[in-house]
Amino acid sequence: MALLARWYDVRDLGNAVAGLMDALRDAGASEGLLYVVAGLLGALGILGFVGFTSVINIWVERRLIGRIQVRKGPNRAGPWGLLQPIADAIKLIQKEALTPKLADSAVFTLAPIVIFVPAILAFAVLPWGEGMVLADLNVGVLYILALGSTSAIMVFMAGYASNNKYALMGSMRVIAMLISYEIPTVLALLGVVAFAGTMSLSGIVAFQETHWSWLIFFQPLAFLIFLFGASAELNRSPADIAEAESEIIAGYHIEYSGMKFGLFYAVELVNVMAVSAIIATLFLGGWWTFGLNEFVPGWMLFIGKVYAVYFIFIWFRGTLPRFRIDQLMAFAWKFLLPLSLVNVLLVAVEVFIWTEYEISAGIVLPIFAVVNFVLAGVLIAGWARVMTRNYERFPRRARLVSEIDVPLPAQSGSAARAEA
Amino acid sequence: MLSALTVGAAGMVIVVRNLLHALLFLILSFVGVAGLYITLSADFIAVVQVLIYAGAIAVLMIFSVMLTPLSDRDNAEGLLRLPALVLSGLVATGIAFVAIETDWQVTSESSFENTSVAIGEALLSPFVLPFEIASVLLVAAMIGAIVLVRED
Amino acid sequence: MDAPVLAASVALEDVLIVGGALFAIGLYITLAKRNAVAVLMGIELMLNAVNLTLIAFSRFVDFSRFGEGTRPIDGHVFVIFVITVAAAEAAVMLALVVAVYRHRQTIDIDRINVLRG
Repeated sequence: MALLARWYDVRDLGNAVAGLMDALRDAGASEGLLYVVAGLLGALGILGFVGFTSVINIWVERRLIGRIQVRKGPNRAGPWGLLQPIADAIKLIQKEALTPKLADSAVFTLAPIVIFVPAILAFAVLPWGEGMVLADLNVGVLYILALGSTSAIMVFMAGYASNNKYALMGSMRVIAMLISYEIPTVLALLGVVAFAGTMSLSGIVAFQETHWSWLIFFQPLAFLIFLFGASAELNRSPADIAEAESEIIAGYHIEYSGMKFGLFYAVELVNVMAVSAIIATLFLGGWWTFGLNEFVPGWMLFIGKVYAVYFIFIWFRGTLPRFRIDQLMAFAWKFLLPLSLVNVLLVAVEVFIWTEYEISAGIVLPIFAVVNFVLAGVLIAGWARVMTRNYERFPRRARLVSEIDVPLPAQSGSAARAEA
Repeated sequence: MLSALTVGAAGMVIVVRNLLHALLFLILSFVGVAGLYITLSADFIAVVQVLIYAGAIAVLMIFSVMLTPLSDRDNAEGLLRLPALVLSGLVATGIAFVAIETDWQVTSESSFENTSVAIGEALLSPFVLPFEIASVLLVAAMIGAIVLVRED
Repeated sequence: MDAPVLAASVALEDVLIVGGALFAIGLYITLAKRNAVAVLMGIELMLNAVNLTLIAFSRFVDFSRFGEGTRPIDGHVFVIFVITVAAAEAAVMLALVVAVYRHRQTIDIDRINVLRG
């Protein structure tokens, strides 16, 4: 009955797996089989979570954006429109999966499938609760960044294979934007990693637990940089220049129809969840919540934090207008990049002070937190002031052409007509 | 199996007629090499491989293909086909011969616990000068690239 | 994770042969292909083969025979430097390709023969 006793302990879903492992071990299974079973269970759990949330998030997102924009959102299918995602999926499956005649059909079919791989692989290193991690890599942060950088290639595959100039344009925009925003996000995470002294995600959570604080309090600047950088990398509004409907119709998935388009739609939701989970782990303590995790299961707190961050992304999407591509590039290179470099320098100095003079963490960390918050505010406000120095703050009165010294173009059309 | 994937994808880079397909196979080969690194317990290098090669260098190649729209996109061989075949065949047999015939003093105990920590310490204590030179090299390459493509 | 299990399935010779095959393929691509980007691909494949060999040696070779000052991790550090150089080289190569393309409207290296007397 030891198995049942641990099975019902919902504080840690890993306990269920551990109980099953013990039962199997008692039944005489070999270690290799145990390893495979544990891996499969973890993978199934993650896939189930990802599938369930990406279905439910369609509804969550549409309802919330509807609320933000003072309309109702989907409310017909099922109670409160809850069945809307299923209706959408049925509609998409019924549609014909077209492949353009001149498209590169193998790559065209492959692109929506492989684009899922990095999105789901990112979930493997996340610590869902204490000890609940599928693969505790000691290069976890770098692993996530590597996965993020490969998604540019999948998008390029989709855009190139469609043999459509809007698709190609959209995918080149995505690639340019991804590699621009990768640099500030990597530097922001470098600050986090240098502060925590480990690249393992569960190690970072353990750091936050031992110092009784979340990393957002020590790294507010890195948090903001990563939040904006990630929201740009996610290709969502306000940074969805890759699929800007009003400019390049639908970007790289213009030629996709039916379930292939559905896959692109779903991968966007999975990516948002992955990035929210990464932010929740790195900056908001993961499953650790100031001792609250003694009473509430850690994974529930974690999912709650993930949805809190997800709400911020929905908020961005619901309220901000789309940027132009030059504005986005300027934001990455002129605003986020200098700030993230300053942040790295700041972290280096602080870690040096901390380790070199062997001051106890209890004294030095609150000072760092205050200093970092003040500096983050000063830097953001000051740098924004410097960047916008030459812009006019308020638009002036609209002026007629005749009021300013612009030589009027010769009115050739009317002149020609007059001659005729 | 990883080895077969890696070498097969690399071979497809030669065979495939479309330059962008060749590029995709090259990326597959890079990922296969990263998998081989993991089996050699070099996890940091594996992740860096995916990040730099599949993430950065492949994207650079995509850009260099896309920024040259009027050139032909085929992946044909030039005049040096036969000498190249002979030379690379010789190199392959030579390496295979050396690899099989040499009596390697193999150990099995040297698996690293945490390669990133060890690499960090090695980079900042005995390899500080090469490390700095590498960063200077990167800056020089960046400036050189900007100067080369500057519209003047 | 379970490195011993995985490592037991790989032998030094196998990795070296894979590295050699990759190097030969890269060499062939570099020499035979006409497109400048394809040549760059071949160079990157060769660098990859060298990296693979370095990692294999640092994993398998018994370093205690070489005395003080040599450690297995040095192989990894070398690979980091090789990757750095490869990245720099790829950036310069991209710039060269674009610059040549601006002048000649082609990146076919058999037709870029301005220096011929």
